[in-house]
Amino acid sequence: MSERASIVDVQQVEKRFEGAGATTVALQGINLTIGSREFVSLIGPSGCGKSTLLRLVADLTAPSAGQITINGKTAPRARMDRDYGMVFQAPVLFDWRTIDENVQLPLEVMGVPRAARRKRSVEMLSLVELSEFSRHHPWQLSGGMQQRAAIARALAFEPKLLLMDEPFGALDEMTRERMNDELLRIWERTGTTVVFVTHSIPEAVFLSSSVVVMSARPGRITHTIEIDLPRPRTDATRETEQYFSLITQVREALRAGQGPIAPEAAL
Amino acid sequence: MTDRLRQYLPAIAVFVGGIVMWELVVRGLSIQRFLLPPPTDIAATLIEQWPRLSQAGINTLIEAIGGFAIGLAAGVVVALATVRFAFARGALMPFAIAANAVPIVAFAPIMNNWFGVTSPVSKMMIVAVLVFFPVMINTVRGLLSAEPAALEMMRSYAASEVQTFRKVRVPAALPFFFTALKVGATLSLIGAIVGEYFGGSNLVLGRVIVESASFLRFSEAWAAIVIVSAMGIGFYLVILGIERLVMPWHASVRSTAP
Ligand SMILES: Nc1ncnc2c1ncn2[C@@H]1O[C@H](COP(=O)(O)OP(=O)(O)O)[C@@H](O)[C@H]1O
Ligand SMILES: [Mg+2]
Repeated sequence: MSERASIVDVQQVEKRFEGAGATTVALQGINLTIGSREFVSLIGPSGCGKSTLLRLVADLTAPSAGQITINGKTAPRARMDRDYGMVFQAPVLFDWRTIDENVQLPLEVMGVPRAARRKRSVEMLSLVELSEFSRHHPWQLSGGMQQRAAIARALAFEPKLLLMDEPFGALDEMTRERMNDELLRIWERTGTTVVFVTHSIPEAVFLSSSVVVMSARPGRITHTIEIDLPRPRTDATRETEQYFSLITQVREALRAGQGPIAPEAAL
Repeated sequence: MTDRLRQYLPAIAVFVGGIVMWELVVRGLSIQRFLLPPPTDIAATLIEQWPRLSQAGINTLIEAIGGFAIGLAAGVVVALATVRFAFARGALMPFAIAANAVPIVAFAPIMNNWFGVTSPVSKMMIVAVLVFFPVMINTVRGLLSAEPAALEMMRSYAASEVQTFRKVRVPAALPFFFTALKVGATLSLIGAIVGEYFGGSNLVLGRVIVESASFLRFSEAWAAIVIVSAMGIGFYLVILGIERLVMPWHASVRSTAP
């Protein structure tokens, strides 16, 4: 996917869940290499193992077979070294902390001194345009603002890798598009690598440098589609011929997911 | 402040109205005093007997608060052990939940036997047992109530168990804990009074109620009941105040209704 140094390298990974009697093969034969500063989206039907793949990379669960390498280390080592930041579908902000204190949480865990923590939180909150709300509590913010706070928190310790599991899934279309614009702006400014799980084809195409299409039962990667839309991407991008043709391409790949795979010609 | 006053005005009106109704009904229907004395009689007795009644109130309150403190400390310690050691949870929780459903005041005479009828320790013990179970059960539930997503997030930060405990589990447990404290505050006075009904030193409210009732000094019994009630409400309000100080972020504190 990239000749630059690989940040995420997944080789022949399989994940089974042993249930009562039945065994679910959530993922099978997964190979995925993500280079530095890429923005990769995972898209596929519900239950195809997108979250599981992200959780494997994050070492929140262990693979049944195969190898996962993050920054040249094992996934557990990378987690202990805080190499990645994670944004979940729900913002998971603590009501007993202000927005500022929520953003400082990972820094507190990492033992960063108070003054440095404060400074960092101010920077991050300004990056996600929540400066005026730093002293508010989570319940005083809208869903979109809460999710922005969660992104600020994940970025607070400058992880090289940002893992996002349907972070905007609960937002309305308008808010989601605004969040997408902001996420790209942040991504361009911070130079992180992003792995982004989504249900939305337009969102995946708009954001990504490549879209990884998955199919269910067992979860596999069926297509990888390079998105060579010029950057910076703006509202105008959403109206170009190329954007629509890429959306069609991803949609057809999703539809073909279960059948035999016809290799797509790169655009 | 005037907003506050307006908010409480209906409750104050009902309270004053109720007292006035009581007075009027008792006098109007000339209900016999030993059935129900009018509030003015009770108030007169309260003033007249104040030195003795207030000393009895203090003695009862010491039993209630002492027992509350013992039950609270024991409940928290056992809860921490229960959460820390999974096997303790399996072994203890079913018994704790069953014991919590038992009317523990029934053991009051036995506690009096064990720790001495006139000793305040016997009353503290019954209060401690009453307070222990709700505190222990709610603290365990609270400490285990943290969202899985929150725990997973702490894991993604490579947080230590101690950090996760202090930054996630304890704050998540506080609402449960304060619910138990409010229940415990009420239980502690019930426990002390009922313990005293079965015998105790002469200068405690439970004895005052039993003895004045048996000598037909009903307005004295009622005056003692007024003091117990005031202490119960006061204790509850103190806990409520601490709750608001400790967790101003909580929904039950955020909204206007307590
Ligand atoms: N902890 C688990 N235990 C058992 N089965 C699971 C678990 N997590 C996920 N699965 C199963 O693995 C499959 C993939 O789930 P998931 O990764 O959540 O899919 P997606 O995020 O793409 O919707 C599903 O069939 C799901 O039921
Ligand atoms: Mg999912």
